[in-house]
Amino acid sequence: MTTTVPNATVLTVDAAEPDPRPRFRDLYAAEWIRFWSLRSMPWVLGTGLLVLVAVNLNAARYTYLNTEPGGPPPGSGRVSQALNVSFTIAAVDLLMLLAVGVGAAVVVAEYSSGMIRTTFSAVPDRRAVLLAKAGVLATAMLGLGTVAAGVSFWAAQALLGRRHAGVSITEPGALRVVAAAALLAPVCALVGFGLGVLIRHAAATVVAGVLVLFLLPASFNENHAWSAAIVHALPLTAWRRLSWVDLTNVLLPPHPATVAGSWLAYAGWAVGSVLLAVTVVRRRDV
Amino acid sequence: MSSPVGCAGGRPGGSVEHMIEVHRLTKRYGRTAAVDELTFTVRPGLVTGFLGPNGAGKSTTLRMILGLDAPTAGSATVGGRPFRELPRGLRHVGALLDAGDVHGGRSGRAHLRALARSNAVPRGRVEEVLAEVGLDGAAGRRIGGYSLGMKQRLGIAAALLGDPPVLLFDEPLNGLDPEGVRWVRELFRKLAAEGRTVFVSSHLMSEMEHTADRLVVIGRGRLIADESLTEFAARGAGKSGTGPGVTVRTAGPGPLADALRAAGGEVRPGDDAGTLLVTGLDPARIGALALDHRVPLLELTARTASLEEAFMALTADHADHSAGGPR
Repeated sequence: MTTTVPNATVLTVDAAEPDPRPRFRDLYAAEWIRFWSLRSMPWVLGTGLLVLVAVNLNAARYTYLNTEPGGPPPGSGRVSQALNVSFTIAAVDLLMLLAVGVGAAVVVAEYSSGMIRTTFSAVPDRRAVLLAKAGVLATAMLGLGTVAAGVSFWAAQALLGRRHAGVSITEPGALRVVAAAALLAPVCALVGFGLGVLIRHAAATVVAGVLVLFLLPASFNENHAWSAAIVHALPLTAWRRLSWVDLTNVLLPPHPATVAGSWLAYAGWAVGSVLLAVTVVRRRDV
Repeated sequence: MSSPVGCAGGRPGGSVEHMIEVHRLTKRYGRTAAVDELTFTVRPGLVTGFLGPNGAGKSTTLRMILGLDAPTAGSATVGGRPFRELPRGLRHVGALLDAGDVHGGRSGRAHLRALARSNAVPRGRVEEVLAEVGLDGAAGRRIGGYSLGMKQRLGIAAALLGDPPVLLFDEPLNGLDPEGVRWVRELFRKLAAEGRTVFVSSHLMSEMEHTADRLVVIGRGRLIADESLTEFAARGAGKSGTGPGVTVRTAGPGPLADALRAAGGEVRPGDDAGTLLVTGLDPARIGALALDHRVPLLELTARTASLEEAFMALTADHADHSAGGPR
């Protein structure tokens, strides 16, 4: 098996050049470049943002038009109404759809194009790659959610303020409502991300995402402890609970959700999705 | 087993560190073995061709070397370590598996920048490799609009980013124009001359003939040859009987064959009627003998050992063997 090699060969390769210490920061920066260099991404997120704010403003406008110029009568749930229109259920549906789609697209496009092989050849530490991807996705979607929820809240309250029906962000619970909407974006994006790594197929991933985010909450009620436990653990239900600030006029089910439990549900879906992704990716061939 | 490349001025251990070692590597999908107990070594300072017919298991082998696919059994190491254990890859191995393994939605420059950044390769290196592969003009355009040849160049640029001592290319000549093919060949020779390990797969012998110093040939996932080009050609010639010799087309094959045999030549009938394959006699001697015996010659062609024929003979032989032989 020994072979003679032409004598002319001279090693000029920097064999001993030390590898720079691998830093997660570099992977994160690389994924940041990847995320924003997709031509479609700024367009999708920009358009999504505009539509979300428009949907909420439309609801605020309706409330504005139906409020007496002198302001709402006392005891009519002014605060609840003001907070409800600052981020409506329609906007939440759109936000979840947008987020799960972007989250799925980030990974599924990489798998379907074969890009993932190039990525993993450059960085064999697959877990670190996926953590960086998830981190960039979460950051970007948190930014989108914060801007969408913040601008919607500010614009809606400015409009309602002209009828003395608005609330300030310092109103008890107002910040929670804005935060619940803002954080729902990265949570749903990570769900799409985790499903995308698991399924690796665009259409099937979006279907699975819709199933988890939209259909499951409608399939369970809060009449029994067990089904209430399931439904409270879902992102949409968690958002709904976090958006209820004033419970005085709400008919509570036998097993109502808690605020703390709802925050925990958010965290659970985010962390669980990332864990699923990094576990699955280490075992499979790409 | 010491490698003769660890030479003067080289860094200690540099050459051995950059070997690709594949040991009894096996990949099974269900009951079929795509790669079957494959063992070979790829050394620095040479361009090694990785040849085999379509479906022989070349790409699977390369993916296992890169840790993308897990072997069912056996091992593949680069510099003594499984590639998958490295935290970052670009400074160790540059690889182009498939020029299509890119996202069409971003520009070539953004694609390379992200790769460079993930491995802490300075940004300026991106422009260097873009210039080297001749893509600096198109770097700002979407990859989706690139031709296959341009994607090949982009993939080669990505492989060169980390200035790696080991380079793997899977069918890198696909889609390149003749000028591009020549450029790639020169690039491979240059990289090997710099002391790098260059491992290039192809299913066409003709592509490797002017590129590779050594060959690793596989068929149906099994090793057929791991030797120099000349050794391979000689062995293939022995197998196929189509080695160096002379093809003679004549109006009187019978009398001429007798005359040539009498003069010490080895004669076999050719594929076409009236053709003889002669070994052991040179064309001048055959011409003289034909004249002596008054047999008209229609054609007289000297043949050298053809790598292409050797490749066909050896892979066909192997395929037959594995199909008929016991498993």
